[in-house]
This record gives sequence, structure tokens and C-alpha cells, in this order.
Amino acid sequence: MFDIPSTLTITELTQYIRELFASDSRLGDVWVTGEVSNMRRAASGHCYFTLKDGGAELKCVLFRTDAQRQTAIPRDGDSIMAHGSIQVYVANGVYQLYVDRVRPVGVGDLYLQFEQLKQKLASEGLFDEERKRPLPLFPHKIGIVTSADAAAFQDVQNVLRRRYPLVEVILAPTLVQGADAPPKIVAALKALNQRDDLDAILVCRGGGSIEDLWAFNDERVARAIVASKVPVVSGVGHETDFTIADFAADLRAPTPSAAAELLTPDSYELRQRVLRYRRDLDDIISTLVGEKRRDLEDIDRTLKRASPAAQIRAYQQRLDDWNTRMIAAQRGRLAILRERLLSKQSALVSASPQAILNRGYAMVRRAADQSRVNAAADLRSNESIILQFHDGERKATSNSS
Amino acid sequence: MTNLTELTFEAAYNELEQIIAQLDSGELSLDDSVALFERGRQLATHCQSLLDNAELRVTQISVDG
Repeated sequence: MFDIPSTLTITELTQYIRELFASDSRLGDVWVTGEVSNMRRAASGHCYFTLKDGGAELKCVLFRTDAQRQTAIPRDGDSIMAHGSIQVYVANGVYQLYVDRVRPVGVGDLYLQFEQLKQKLASEGLFDEERKRPLPLFPHKIGIVTSADAAAFQDVQNVLRRRYPLVEVILAPTLVQGADAPPKIVAALKALNQRDDLDAILVCRGGGSIEDLWAFNDERVARAIVASKVPVVSGVGHETDFTIADFAADLRAPTPSAAAELLTPDSYELRQRVLRYRRDLDDIISTLVGEKRRDLEDIDRTLKRASPAAQIRAYQQRLDDWNTRMIAAQRGRLAILRERLLSKQSALVSASPQAILNRGYAMVRRAADQSRVNAAADLRSNESIILQFHDGERKATSNSS
Repeated sequence: MTNLTELTFEAAYNELEQIIAQLDSGELSLDDSVALFERGRQLATHCQSLLDNAELRVTQISVDG
């Protein structure tokens, strides 16, 4: 009997190794440095290359989607830092670095320097919010520290011309890139600070690589910004770039143009506001004049009410009134009198002898002297009398009783 | 009151704002209000003409070092 050893297939073994690699956290997140060789970019967009140093080689893959995110694709001979994970490619039985980030060598050092300087200056309180000074609302003169030939300076001037051409610009030209730049920037800031007519200073530079912007990560520059008598606005690089100068400045703008905007009011807006104030003035004064006119009218009415003319008119009216009433009263009394007179008259008429005769009575008089006989006893016998009726007289003789 | 033509935009604008506020408070005599109104109109005109006629001035200084 043969002793048959247990075997694995190649696939099984390779998969086992792959699992071993995958379970190692160190291999899953690693930075390596080396020189690029055998760079090959496939039609798919994936990049394949080898990283090597004096002693060993490492196969690397940079997939298309990761390659697109890099600022620069490594070329043969480049010294780079690559980040990624070490995995086993089962089909070929090789392990390789699956790269997701690439940086030129040296940048890592810069990054470290940047962080260290930032921490140092922050711990000194140079970046404290309480240190930040407010910007003037209406700057008269602003100093600009930048390169005179740079597009950034043109951008700034364009913004200022459009937004607030009332401002005067004093340019302190400087290098903005390279090892000589920091002292030049410091000198420019100092020159501007020797003046006493500036309201603010703008330190700016257009976009570029991290090395291009490095002058603004210089300690001397940061300290010169902090030492400035007037507030400093920084506008260095693009929105995503943060420099030490930005932290030191009183205000950080994402770009040079944005810095110019933050530093100045918008003259269009100002114009609108002046127009509105003009309208406000007109409104206020016309309201005021209207009020005063109404007050005057009120006073006029009060005066008219209080004037003697009105009183005299009132008395006159009262007199007229009394007069009318007197006349009316008099008329009434006269009418009553007339009425009474008429009734007396009719009473008188009904009481007259003629009226009595008319009712069938007769009056007796002596024929001799016409004297009236009021009683039978007054008459003697055979005395001649006259009987007066309502329509005439008749003679008669009285008999004895 | 300062002569209008010598006023900077800032000074004229600020004075204009103050005048509006004073007039708004409504505690002034008619004479004072009318005087402020006149001044305010002049300031507004001055502000507008400053903006109309402004041209960005750029001076370059020399930097030693």
C-alpha cells in the first residue's frame, strides 16, 4: 500500500493564500515608496506598473476609476508614494498592490511639515478667532501682495472694477512661488505696513500644485500676516487649497477673486440702497407736509369756531329767533282777542231788545212820554200805551185789572 | 456740515443713513425736517455721482528685499 498524501488543487492553495493576505490588516492599508517602471496603460484605462527599490519589486495596479482621481499618472522613473492594499491575483498566482492614491515622493514630507507648522502656530494662538479683525465696510485703499503679471492680479482688478471702483489699489509686487518667495512676500507686507493709509491688505495667488503654493505655508509669511497693522484677507489657490497663510489671515477667501469680493461692498447694491433712501426721503417729507397741512386745517377750524364773528352770528341768529317767536306769540294773542271780541259781539247781539222782540215778545211804553212800563202795577186804567213788536207799533189802552 | 464735494462715499452714505433715521424718528420741527431732506437729497446725488464716475486706480510700489 502506498501512503497517498492529501493534496490541494492550485486554485485551493492560491485561494487559501489570498484569504491569508486579505485577513491581514497591515496589508489592507499600506503606503509604499519606490520607483516606477514598466508603466503600461491598457485600453481599458487601467494602469499596470512595477514599483522597485534596490532590493525588491512590487507589481502594482491602478484601476481606471482610481487613475482618474489622481492629479498625475506616474511615469517610468518617477519616485512615488503609493497607497492601497496588497491582494493576491489568483489567476496568475501573484500578489500585487491595488493602488488608490499616488503622490510624488517628498510631498509626504511637505504634508508633515504643514501639519507641524499649523499645530505650532495654532498653539501660539495665531489662528485664534478672537485675533481676527473685522474688515472695513467701505475700504478706501487696499494693498495687494501678489505677482504683478499673474492672472490672479488681473482677476482681482476685474472684480474691484466691477464691484467697487471707488477703492484705490496699492500693489506691492512679489514672487509667489519658489524658495525666494517667502522673504519677498514678507517684504511686500512690510512695505505696505509702512504706510498708514491702507484699510486692508489682500494676499493672493492663483491656483497651482501643492509645491507651487508652498510659499504660503511658510512660517515667516504667517507671522508677517499676523503682524500686519491692517486686516489681511488671503486668497490662495483654489477652494480646496488651505495654506498656513489662510489660517493666519483675518479672513480666508477660497480664491483671489473671492477675496476681492469679500473685501468690497457691491456698488450695484449700494446704488440700489441710495435710490431707496432717496425714495424714503421723498416719502417721509410728503407724509410730513401732509400731516402739517392737516394740522393747519384743524387749527383753522378751531379758530373759526372760537372767533367773535361766529359768536355774533350766533347772537344774531338767537335775536332773529326771538323776534320770530315774539311775532308769532303776538299774532296768537291778537287772534285770541279777536276771537273773544267776536263771541262778545254775538252775545251782545243775542241780548239786544230787537232780538228779544224777534222771539215774539213785545215792549210797553206810555204813549204820553214814551217811558217804558216794566210792571203791570205801574199802569193806571185807561192809560194810552204803545205796544212795540219786532215789526212795528200798535196803540192800545190798558183795562183795569 | 462738511462741503458735499469733499465727502467720501462712505461719509456721504453714512450721513444719508443717519438723516433717514432722524427723519424716521419724527421728532423734528418742520424746518429741521425740510433742511435734512434737502441735505439728504444732495447726499444721495453725491453718492450716485461718485459711483458713476469712479475708476479703479492702481499704483505699484517698489519693495526692497
